[in-house]
Amino acid sequence: MEERSKAIQDRIREKARELLLNKTVDLIIGFGEGSFPLRTTPRFIRDPEKTDRLIWNSFCENNLATYLHKFNKFKVGIVVKGCDARSVIALSLEKRFKPDQLFLMGVPCQRMVDRRKVKRAVKGEILRAFEQGDQIVVEGEEFKTILKRDDFFYPSCQVCIHRNPIQADVLVGDPVEESPLIEIHPEIQEFAKKSAEERWKYFEKESSRCIRCYACREACPMCYCAECFVDSSNPKWIEKSLSPSDLEFYHIVRAYHQTGRCTGCGACERACPMEIRLTYLTQKLNRDVKELFNYETGIDTKTLPPLSTYDMEDKQDFIK
Amino acid sequence: MTDQWEPKILAFLCNWCSYAGADLAGTARIQYPPNIRVIRVPCSGRINPLFILKALQSGIDGVLVSGCHPGDCHYLSGNYIGRRKSATLKRFLEYLGFEEGRVQFSWVSAAEGGKFSQVVGEVVQDIKKLGPAQRFVKKEAQGSQGSRVQVNSIKKLGPSNP
Ligand code: SF4
Ligand code: SF4
Ligand code: SF4
Ligand code: FES
Repeated sequence: MEERSKAIQDRIREKARELLLNKTVDLIIGFGEGSFPLRTTPRFIRDPEKTDRLIWNSFCENNLATYLHKFNKFKVGIVVKGCDARSVIALSLEKRFKPDQLFLMGVPCQRMVDRRKVKRAVKGEILRAFEQGDQIVVEGEEFKTILKRDDFFYPSCQVCIHRNPIQADVLVGDPVEESPLIEIHPEIQEFAKKSAEERWKYFEKESSRCIRCYACREACPMCYCAECFVDSSNPKWIEKSLSPSDLEFYHIVRAYHQTGRCTGCGACERACPMEIRLTYLTQKLNRDVKELFNYETGIDTKTLPPLSTYDMEDKQDFIK
Repeated sequence: MTDQWEPKILAFLCNWCSYAGADLAGTARIQYPPNIRVIRVPCSGRINPLFILKALQSGIDGVLVSGCHPGDCHYLSGNYIGRRKSATLKRFLEYLGFEEGRVQFSWVSAAEGGKFSQVVGEVVQDIKKLGPAQRFVKKEAQGSQGSRVQVNSIKKLGPSNP
């Protein structure tokens, strides 16, 4: 196992145990071994003797901040990567929990590995996968392949510029060097270059594959409405159908509701069973919010999210 | 067929300024194209982006959102809040491939009957240039003559417990 991950894992276990024993928290949310290779699963631990079930590796892809909503009556210790930590900040700005309710165990993140990319890179079923130095070793019945970890990052992780948790009560690993700010997300830039018709075609094609399982919504920490607009029957915003227009409606609004709230963690896209691209939508909103209101989600613990406030001097050249 | 096609445009007008402006245009007998259907809202800050999307999905060819000038909002900051929503929504829709101009915004005061008629004129012209809405329109909403609109279905979208 990779040295650094191992060290982080040990510190997570140790800290989690300490927090539970001292009763600083009632519950730990972290990552545990998944039932399939290349996968981890969110793990919820209350018993200090069971903290050795917590793990850390490059497959810890969920944004754990999502689970905080389910435990908002408890004191929770939670493992956060850079993006998870930003989601926690964004959620506290929306007053989702009391200030002292959380204990953040911050992990300076090594970027997460895209399991689907790995699967595509090998032939046959993967039965075992693990990290070794900067390599991923994948084994099946008749093969053993060694892949370079750096070639298999998630798109959102490739462009991530906040891998170190901005806010954490304890860091369980040494900080990593941040990549320079990529002003323009390459994917968005490329997409924006196409003609309106091509853009619509692409969007139409992507959204038409949606089966409306809502996994993207469930995976996102910022999607916590008690009643989502898709579920409301009065007013009924959207039919329960798979008509292209309704799918587009869902995709537009799910993304738009993230305006100024999305951290670009990519959890939505990773959750999608149809492998529909989603982050080119929310990253565009993130970029606009930066451009128009100079706001970046989850960076600052004081400034209100942009759509909850205003500035008299906001741009209005588009208004007649 | 395109010669006969007339765009249907839905206007969300705030009660205190733009709606009164439209009223003034009426009483002053200032002409403006009849392509517009008006839905009165308390304030431009009351516009939920879902209203606009529902309108476009129902086959409306263009949407106009109009409220009080900055500083004049009856609720003080409604139009400032609305302005941020409008700016982000407009950019997002255009990024997705909606034609620029399908959704438009204006400030019209209660005294600006003339400006109201001018804005409507411009919007109608822009939409005529764009032609009938195609993208995003739900099939059932499309009649043989381009768009057939269910304004009533949009009107029903107010809050369930007023
Ligand atoms: S988005 Fe950044 S912090 Fe989050 S998993 Fe990817 S690299 Fe790590
Ligand atoms: S919309 Fe997607 S990328 Fe943005 S915060 Fe939610 S899960 Fe993360
Ligand atoms: S996860 Fe994918 S298939 Fe499921 S609702 Fe979201 S976009 Fe559609
Ligand atoms: S009352 Fe007219 S915009 Fe608020």
